[in-house]
Amino acid sequence: MSDKSEKAEAVRLSVFKTYKLFVGGKFPRSESGRVYEVTDAKGKWLANAPQSSRKDARDAVSAARKAFAGWSGATAYNRGQILYRVAEMLEGRREQFVREVGEAEGLSKSKAAAVVDAAIDRWVWYAGWTDKIAQVVGGANPVAGPYFNLSSPEPTGVVAVVAPQESSFLGLVSVVAPVIATGNTAVVVTSERAPLPALSLGEVLATSDLPGGVVNILSGRTSEVAPTLAAHMDVNALDLAGTVDDAALAKELEIAAADNLKRVLRPQAVDWAAEPGTDRMTAFLETKTVWHPAGAGAASGSAY
Amino acid sequence: MPTTVPAHGPDAAARLASMADVTASDAALRRFLHGLPGVDAVGLEARAASLGTRSIKTTAKAYAIDLAISMIDLTTLEGADTPGKVRALSAKGVNPDPTDRTTPRVAAICVYPDMVATAKEALGDSGVHVASVATAFPAGRAALPVKLADTADAVAAGADEVDMVIDRGAFLAGRYLKVFEEIKAVREACRRPDGSSAHLKVIFENGELATYDNIRRASWLGMLAGADFIKTSTGKVAVNATPANTLLMLEAVRDFRAATGVQVGVKPAGGIRTSKDAIKFLVLVNETVGDEWLSNEWFRFGASSLLNDLLMQRQKLSTGRYSGPDYVTVD
Repeated sequence: MSDKSEKAEAVRLSVFKTYKLFVGGKFPRSESGRVYEVTDAKGKWLANAPQSSRKDARDAVSAARKAFAGWSGATAYNRGQILYRVAEMLEGRREQFVREVGEAEGLSKSKAAAVVDAAIDRWVWYAGWTDKIAQVVGGANPVAGPYFNLSSPEPTGVVAVVAPQESSFLGLVSVVAPVIATGNTAVVVTSERAPLPALSLGEVLATSDLPGGVVNILSGRTSEVAPTLAAHMDVNALDLAGTVDDAALAKELEIAAADNLKRVLRPQAVDWAAEPGTDRMTAFLETKTVWHPAGAGAASGSAY
Repeated sequence: MPTTVPAHGPDAAARLASMADVTASDAALRRFLHGLPGVDAVGLEARAASLGTRSIKTTAKAYAIDLAISMIDLTTLEGADTPGKVRALSAKGVNPDPTDRTTPRVAAICVYPDMVATAKEALGDSGVHVASVATAFPAGRAALPVKLADTADAVAAGADEVDMVIDRGAFLAGRYLKVFEEIKAVREACRRPDGSSAHLKVIFENGELATYDNIRRASWLGMLAGADFIKTSTGKVAVNATPANTLLMLEAVRDFRAATGVQVGVKPAGGIRTSKDAIKFLVLVNETVGDEWLSNEWFRFGASSLLNDLLMQRQKLSTGRYSGPDYVTVD
């Protein structure tokens, strides 16, 4: 009996997965055709990941720009539903992510499972925030005149995110979810050493009703792709979470980002497991203030 | 091969007269046009596709981008065109990138006949031409006197170039001589009182001609009738300029010059939106008819959004940073 099953196993060829980028809702290889070897925490080969080029970064930015009008124009409630759907899809692929995170970060199965659970919960957490952030950081301002004066937070545009290098999945989710929850679109540079959970996340996003281009995922050399994004005139903001251990690169990126006055979230040490607060959402919001005549009632002294 | 004369020059008429026997009657014209060799559609598309794979980089790319900008007929042909929009477009044509004065001007501003005077006034003596569509553009479904009045109107308002549409209905029905006579009549209507003449571009609307054979026939028909330029399409139908149909028209002008010595220009229009596309067309020109056609006297792009993409590429080349749509005008 055991003999027989061994034979059956012997004839089954292994099906290797070709990890690909996620750009504009599609899964292209790098335009340059390059790949690089990805190993687990002990140095054992896992897969070849695409090594993105400047042109991949450019294509990702155009895709993100194209998606921005639709995504920022969607209702906050609808964005919340879609983000929750991402969590649902992740839940269904839990086993795969536990394996990938365990291999990438050298965690035991139970520790990796805890990380994946935390990441799924984080999607749900941010899904809940989509239609609440405006009440928290916007509102009516008191003014001395017959006007309503309202401040409302608006998404800033295309955000380039350099994802955390060590926390390849929970860290990634913790920087991507807040960016898109508020209506921005994102171009994400994955952890250079451990890009596989991020690339697999692309497959989840593609099946979550997330419009193509809202999140674009690029793997490769951070020092090659990130400067192009930082200098790109059509990128509106930059999250430097992944450069926390590379002060020289962070400085270079900040200088490049100054050209068109990008909003920059500077690198800081973060405990990804802790509850994140709203900072990462508000970092990529702009406040629009509107004056509106309050009408005759206000002029005659009505409190309304 | 006879010496070359430009189609818009004074000697072209005599050269065309040497072909008078083929245009003498409907039957002769049909015999001639149907006697043109059939088009190898697969070969044509393969040739156009293979020329589209050339890699144009660095200084060659910078040259190609500037050349492409100088060849643009910057177009606005909308029902909602206002004098303000035409003036804005004219200002953009004269000075496409206000942040970089080394950017070349476009070749012409292309508008409807009633906007010609506005464009002419806005362009002044900048050297940018005013092109006007005419002859009941884009359908061309109007009586001949109406089409001629449309043309004469545009010329009187100061149009330097007239883009006419052929009567596709007559062409597809096989009434080639009717199309021929109409083009000749419009050409006469392009004449100004001082004896000079607005340049005539003849639009075939390739997307409606159905076959490559028809495009070849229309090209020869247009050139025999005295077109200064042959133009692919109006930009108002599903299929506009493609590399293949433009290549076919380039081959036609090449063969026409070999046969008669008259040089005719080509204008692909519609659907060319990116610098990459534009550069592919320039490669087609260079490889098919050579660098004698590589100027805005002989090759034009009918386009509106192409200019913005060329400007963004130009900014990328000069600054090293990718540019974005925030740094060019909306229209």
